[in-house]
Amino acid sequence: MVNLIIDGVKVQAEEDSTILEVAKFYGIDIPTLCYHEQLTPYGACRLCMVEVEDGRRTRLVASCLYPVREGIRVKTHSERVMKGRKLILELLLAKCPNSKILQDLASKVGLEQIRFKMENEDCILCGLCVRMCAEQMGSGAIGFVGRGQKREVVTPFRMASEICRNCGACMYICPVVDLQCRGVKSPGELCNSCLVITPQCLGKYDQVMCTLESCGACIEKERK
Amino acid sequence: MAGTVSEYNKVDEIIKGHSHEKSALIMILQEIENLYGYLPTWALKHVSEKLNVPMIQVYGVASFYDAFHLTPRGKHLIRVCLGTACYLRGSPRVLEAVEKELGIKDGETTPDRTFSLQSVHCVGACALAPVVVVGERYFDKMMPTKVRSVLKAGAG
Amino acid sequence: MKKIRTPQELDSLRNSLLQQRDPNKPCVRVCLGTGCRAHGSADVMTFFKDEIERQGLEIQVDCKQTGCHGFCERGPVIVIGPKEIFYQKVKPSDVPDIVSKTLLNGEVVDRLLYTDPTGQKALYEHEVPFYKKQTRLVLANNGKIDPTNILDYIAIGGYQALAKAITAMSCEEIIDTIEKSGLRGLGGGGFPTGRKWRSCKEARGNVKFVIGNGDEGDPGAFSDRSLMEANPHSILEGMIIGACAIGANQGYLYVRAEYPLALKHLQTAIDQAREYGFLGNNIFNSGFDFDLKINRGGGAFVCGESSALMASIEGKMGEPRAKYIHTVERGLWNQPTNLNNVKTWANVPLIINNGIDWYVKMGTEKSKGTGIFSLVGKVNNTGLVEIQMGTPLKTIVYDIGGGITKGKRFKAVQTGGPSGGCIPEELLDLTVDFEKLTEAGSMMGSGGMIVMDEDTCMVDVARYFLDFLQNESCGKCVPCREGIKRMLEIVTRITKGQAGEEDLELLQDLARMVKDFSLCGLGQTVPNTVLSTLRYFGDEYDAHIRDRKCPAGVCRDLITYVILEDKCTGCGACFKLCPQQAIQGKPKELHLIDPAKCMRCGICRDACPFEAIIVG
Repeated sequence: MVNLIIDGVKVQAEEDSTILEVAKFYGIDIPTLCYHEQLTPYGACRLCMVEVEDGRRTRLVASCLYPVREGIRVKTHSERVMKGRKLILELLLAKCPNSKILQDLASKVGLEQIRFKMENEDCILCGLCVRMCAEQMGSGAIGFVGRGQKREVVTPFRMASEICRNCGACMYICPVVDLQCRGVKSPGELCNSCLVITPQCLGKYDQVMCTLESCGACIEKERK
Repeated sequence: MAGTVSEYNKVDEIIKGHSHEKSALIMILQEIENLYGYLPTWALKHVSEKLNVPMIQVYGVASFYDAFHLTPRGKHLIRVCLGTACYLRGSPRVLEAVEKELGIKDGETTPDRTFSLQSVHCVGACALAPVVVVGERYFDKMMPTKVRSVLKAGAG
Repeated sequence: MKKIRTPQELDSLRNSLLQQRDPNKPCVRVCLGTGCRAHGSADVMTFFKDEIERQGLEIQVDCKQTGCHGFCERGPVIVIGPKEIFYQKVKPSDVPDIVSKTLLNGEVVDRLLYTDPTGQKALYEHEVPFYKKQTRLVLANNGKIDPTNILDYIAIGGYQALAKAITAMSCEEIIDTIEKSGLRGLGGGGFPTGRKWRSCKEARGNVKFVIGNGDEGDPGAFSDRSLMEANPHSILEGMIIGACAIGANQGYLYVRAEYPLALKHLQTAIDQAREYGFLGNNIFNSGFDFDLKINRGGGAFVCGESSALMASIEGKMGEPRAKYIHTVERGLWNQPTNLNNVKTWANVPLIINNGIDWYVKMGTEKSKGTGIFSLVGKVNNTGLVEIQMGTPLKTIVYDIGGGITKGKRFKAVQTGGPSGGCIPEELLDLTVDFEKLTEAGSMMGSGGMIVMDEDTCMVDVARYFLDFLQNESCGKCVPCREGIKRMLEIVTRITKGQAGEEDLELLQDLARMVKDFSLCGLGQTVPNTVLSTLRYFGDEYDAHIRDRKCPAGVCRDLITYVILEDKCTGCGACFKLCPQQAIQGKPKELHLIDPAKCMRCGICRDACPFEAIIVG
């Protein structure tokens, strides 16, 4: 067993487990998009980044991939982390504004405006569908193709795949396509109906104190 | 569209030349590209089968690297270097001039398939900037006014 | 060909070669590196061979091809031994003169000597200012040996280090030597090489690999190319020594496909090394087996990153992975793998042969030995430079580089390729080493050094690198893929005078997030050019945003071209070439540019013989 500290709480974890797995076990909420318990972690969305101090230096790591080490101190909601998460969601929403899951996550981190030119895509390239098809369904009919801005998920030659069994698992697992947000009234708008903004305690402490599913009560009072 | 028997054999030879190693995928595709000027669909399918590498992986690799093209190219490949040293010495204007002269944009091929135009980032001849390579011939200290004569010379 | 099985056999081969070769015999060495070839040196070589044959001089005179000498600006370059007379810009028509005057009579052909801006000529290679202040160790033999002939390499002492390491040193001693020498990676991050070797040696696993990274993707850098073309055996020797110390039996050389000559010479070297027994089974009768394979890159800058490179060797897309578990523990096919840049490997035989003390004396406290740089851009002497770490930037740009072309003002040096940053004039006294460059907001990277002058717009430079990196990003992680796109949008708007103050703030927020949150080194260093240009040239950004002006006269949307009345002769050169037909004027009268039609393409400016067109 490995001993480490997450958000000031002393925890124990099995060797070779990741910070995210340990955090989930203890009920500490770290937002994710490209992670799924039953698929190999991918580390692409970067929402699960946390601050780790290992005695020599402090750096940001993807908690879904970083294996726990003896004595590390982890901060899941520091200012640096929160700022970055907010910007990442802003970037994603600028691309796929209609996804309910993205809109919910945006509210959670207090995102209130999008400063980029809006697009209307329906894929955030999280790779869940690819891994689902390959690992759980044993098919591998779809995959990533192209580089950078041209990256997309397709079948070989963009033609009907012989190995696709039409199981629909890819659609099921997709965080963007399935649920559309009903609260958006005009394009580029953020729904924010279930708003929980950046907690005030960040000003006093070096990380958010109620990381176990923040209720936002402190903010609602402020706004009113 | 499938390849002819002798074309399949050529591809088989290439694969054999790399001892059927999966790790030689990129080099195998490079040799096929050298043969045909691009990567035909039938060839990619054949490689996937012979090397026992999933089709989506072969297709992914073919789409990822600059060396590979999935559509036929021109007889003469014109590479205009936009590497930093060439860029600072005005190579974007040379690219514009080539685009104008041939009537195509960067990355495209002329309708009669004589020329393909590709901007590249650094051919390792930075002292000769700006550099244009036509086929295997290097032309140095390029300027927009030299484009027409270089295209003529390069095409042979 | 009998394989060399003992150090004594190697020594006796070397001695017999030295006996056969008359050091006083006239020899013309022609550079056939890519740079000189592009200038026609292959024809020069043919002419020499023909002329020597025609005059029946094959026995009196040697003619040899070499790899890149490094002074590509002056190619084709030749050196005449034994005196080491240096001729530059040699044409085929010069060959008869050279043969009859210099080769046969030791007379100098004046017009082919290097002449500096003051008119001073240099006779010998070491007198040429470009070479004078260099400390050429790794590149020392680049212009001296025929890279396609292993015997040349053996004659100058090649494979002695391997013999010593493999027969007289333990693995621990080899690693210890490299550690104590302070050698650091010369491909990018500058990680201590000895420490890397040790981690790989101690990693769990019976099957280990070594890799030589020759994927030099930085635009403007060609030091790897030059080394691979001119002295491939030095890389091989280093890799065999390292593999022996670490316990790896298979190695890969990953070389970009855009370097056909390097690929050819490396393959020839590998074939010859096998013939002589330096590669293969039971090297030097030690029981150690090792062989090398060449893998060609497919054309992707990101494959210079070690985990992406390994994915590429495995036949996959070049996507990096998180390196919380280092590649020395789990690399190629999940086995312990030690990857080093080809320049780093080439340092190894030198250190083994000359010892720790020799190496440690050179350089600075934390950066030992020499660094190799591609000095290009707006300098008079462009080419490859090898200097001791700790040499001032000023020395490199002015003493070696010969100062700025066309007498313009120095503005900045961009180092480290797209992952690096720009260093301004006020930091010219900076002594070049890993730490100092990083402190200044840049990095050593693969050794690219691009000199920029007053006519360079630093905002445009940031835009250029962002554009390059957007195209090269693998696209896997959100910060890099989406972040670069939006940073590029903002910087492009700045170059068009369409940005506001809030854009600068957003740009900086994005830069910091991309630096912190990206998955691999490419994304993590993307912001460097933006942040360093903002740091040192913030006034240029301000000018673009507030005043809608481009002080350097580059950004097309913010400049106008004007024909000076007192210089225009009405020759009409501009009028004929303008693609927009934006210039009007009668012959021998002042011509005028219509700003509504003018695209600021600059063709007229280039064409004007009187320099009458300026940025208004």
